[in-house]
Amino acid sequence: MFGPGQAIARTALRAYSADFSMTAQPPFPAFPHRHLLGIKGLSPLDVANLLDRADAAVSLSRQTEKKKASLKGRTQINLFYEASTRTQASFELAGKRLGADVMNMSVASSSVKKGETLIDTAMTLNAMNPDILIIRHGSAGAPDLLARKVSCAVVNAGDGAHEHPTQALLDALTIRRAKGDLSALTVAICGDVLHSRVARSNIILLNLMGARVRVVAPSTLLPSGVDDMSVDVFTDMASGLKDADVVMMLRLQRERMSGAYVPSVREYYRFFGLDEDKLRSARPGALIMHPGPMNRGVEIASSVADGPQSLIQEQVEMGVAVRMAVIEALLEGRAA
Amino acid sequence: MNVQSRPIVIEQVRIVDPARGLDETGTIIIEKGRIAAAGRDALNQGGPAGAARIDGRGLTALPGLVDTRVFVGEPGSEHRETIKSASRAAAAGGVTTFFMMPDTDPAIDEVATVEFVRRTADAKALVNVRPVAALTKALKGEEIAEFGLMRRAGAVAFSNGHHCIASSQVMRRAMVYARDFGAVVMQSARDSHLSGGVMNEGLFASWLGLPGVPREAELIPLQRDLTLARLTRAAYHAETISCAMSLEALRRAKADGADVTAAACINHLCLNENDVGDYRTFFRLEPPLRAEEDRQALIEALADGTLDMVNSSHDPQDVETKRVPFADAAPGAIGLETLLAAMLRLHHDGRLSLLRIAELLALAPARRFGLEAGSLAPGAPADIALVDLDEPWVFSEDQIVSRCRNSCFEGARFSGRVLKTIRSGVIVQDRDKG
Repeated sequence: MFGPGQAIARTALRAYSADFSMTAQPPFPAFPHRHLLGIKGLSPLDVANLLDRADAAVSLSRQTEKKKASLKGRTQINLFYEASTRTQASFELAGKRLGADVMNMSVASSSVKKGETLIDTAMTLNAMNPDILIIRHGSAGAPDLLARKVSCAVVNAGDGAHEHPTQALLDALTIRRAKGDLSALTVAICGDVLHSRVARSNIILLNLMGARVRVVAPSTLLPSGVDDMSVDVFTDMASGLKDADVVMMLRLQRERMSGAYVPSVREYYRFFGLDEDKLRSARPGALIMHPGPMNRGVEIASSVADGPQSLIQEQVEMGVAVRMAVIEALLEGRAA
Repeated sequence: MNVQSRPIVIEQVRIVDPARGLDETGTIIIEKGRIAAAGRDALNQGGPAGAARIDGRGLTALPGLVDTRVFVGEPGSEHRETIKSASRAAAAGGVTTFFMMPDTDPAIDEVATVEFVRRTADAKALVNVRPVAALTKALKGEEIAEFGLMRRAGAVAFSNGHHCIASSQVMRRAMVYARDFGAVVMQSARDSHLSGGVMNEGLFASWLGLPGVPREAELIPLQRDLTLARLTRAAYHAETISCAMSLEALRRAKADGADVTAAACINHLCLNENDVGDYRTFFRLEPPLRAEEDRQALIEALADGTLDMVNSSHDPQDVETKRVPFADAAPGAIGLETLLAAMLRLHHDGRLSLLRIAELLALAPARRFGLEAGSLAPGAPADIALVDLDEPWVFSEDQIVSRCRNSCFEGARFSGRVLKTIRSGVIVQDRDKG
């Protein structure tokens, strides 16, 4: 089932388990970035590097002893301005498996949200000397702003409709492990592309790795510049999914379902919800993915979400591994 | 108004006077706050006894600038800008008259506020400050304000500031009523329903994940206003034209004989949407910075007369409103200090003559709004910007005179800098004296 990437990963794993020794060479190439603010700005080598590291982290996570000590004594702060149980848990687990001390700041419900600016919060946290800040924020560009003001590494865990780089990386890892390689695949991204940071990060990453990217959505849910975004644009599922190797569904926010962007849930589901009938247009055995949380019966039918082609649970597992890879790669480049 | 008794003679200076179409080296003689002589013919007049003499060699005298769109925080947000601090910024930039927009707290929507602005300006400002009164009470776009009384109290024109009037009916009534008092109605055209975004709609906004403002959000209300201007025969001024398609609408309205003028903001002439870069909030403007094709079309329109004037749209914003994520930031940038220097880029690029620049920045606004300004002809008030056209300089944060730092031009390189600003015969800004 696993492709050529596994060979590299196996080699890596041997070095990985030896990394307590002072003389061991770093098993992976250095990651030449201070922050991970987006997929934009990464090279194909950077992506492959992170995916190789993540493969090794998957192996570690499947052992009984899931923890290593490479980030012992380091501090990770999760700063989540939007509530997100899954992503926050994933980052928390990633940090802990690497041996870091992890602190969660759920800003959505605290006093920080009232009045204090993002910069002030950032400066306060910075004074606590964290090694890495994970930020999720409802406004595009918030992580960029933060990264300019703090001295530690910053990871974007999703900013407005801009980017969600670790999601794109975990999607890529999931596909690579299933198909061996991303190049020459046709990937259809379906649903609310307009508001989706997942879509933007995936469009950039998949193009970077040589895949053909399609977007499928009603025009009210497509960005105005979509024709120049290196994707093929479809407004109906049958032609959009035709011969697709991978079908990525996007979540449609509840407030956008009734009249603002699409007239109703049932109309949306009828034309854009992924069911077994629409899935028949795709290549047999096409992979089905969803970043979660799913709206069953809105953008995806339960039978498809839970069916044999679905990799949705696998994506969650890959999420922890990719986040371990990102955190470790960024902190490796910074002296403790 | 304080009049300095001591006369001033500026010798051997290049005089650019759009009122007379004159661009020549000569002498300017200032007496009793007014220009007594200005031109080649004054070269050997000597000047009055006891006059202060300024060696004008290598310098250029332009009429003091008239900036028709400036936001000030007094009353209500004095921590951002007061009338006094805005006037210092104006003087630093060669601006001798500015229009103060009604977006204060309370808004300039009644006689008492108009008088407050005039009194405060008379007592504290270094330059002429002319209040623009609100078109509607509290800028709500519902009930028209007291045009007649406010006009008499000194309101120079009427505008709804940042709050473009949505109702066509209210706009029609405002225009008809303003016409009876000979007042110009100004508007920054913006359809608030269509322009929920924060930057120019297009590819760049799509990648940044920011909601876009389509050009049509400007064109649709502009078309409505131009149509109403024809219907009502009112004097209408479009404050902030940002895109090429709006220019076509203006050309048609002007060709039809409508009493219409239009301005562009200096930021839209020097910058485009790419300057937003990675979410730089100082470049969040309203209207938003557009594409390069739009910028080029605006410059063409300045040359061919479709656009009549250029303003700074000076809008001070502080840390609280600008050091936040892009979409949460307040729009606006300061600009009084850099208006002329930025405009001179178009001169150095060979796009506009110095005479046309002086017309756009001083004479045209003065004529449109009936001010005694924009001219260096004998008898005119001695409002002068004395400029070294070629002095290279970098606008750095520590030079900012305004109370706020939100300039689009921080770190920008300019050629041409204001050396002295003279308002009614008094030197109000003098870089020779620090």
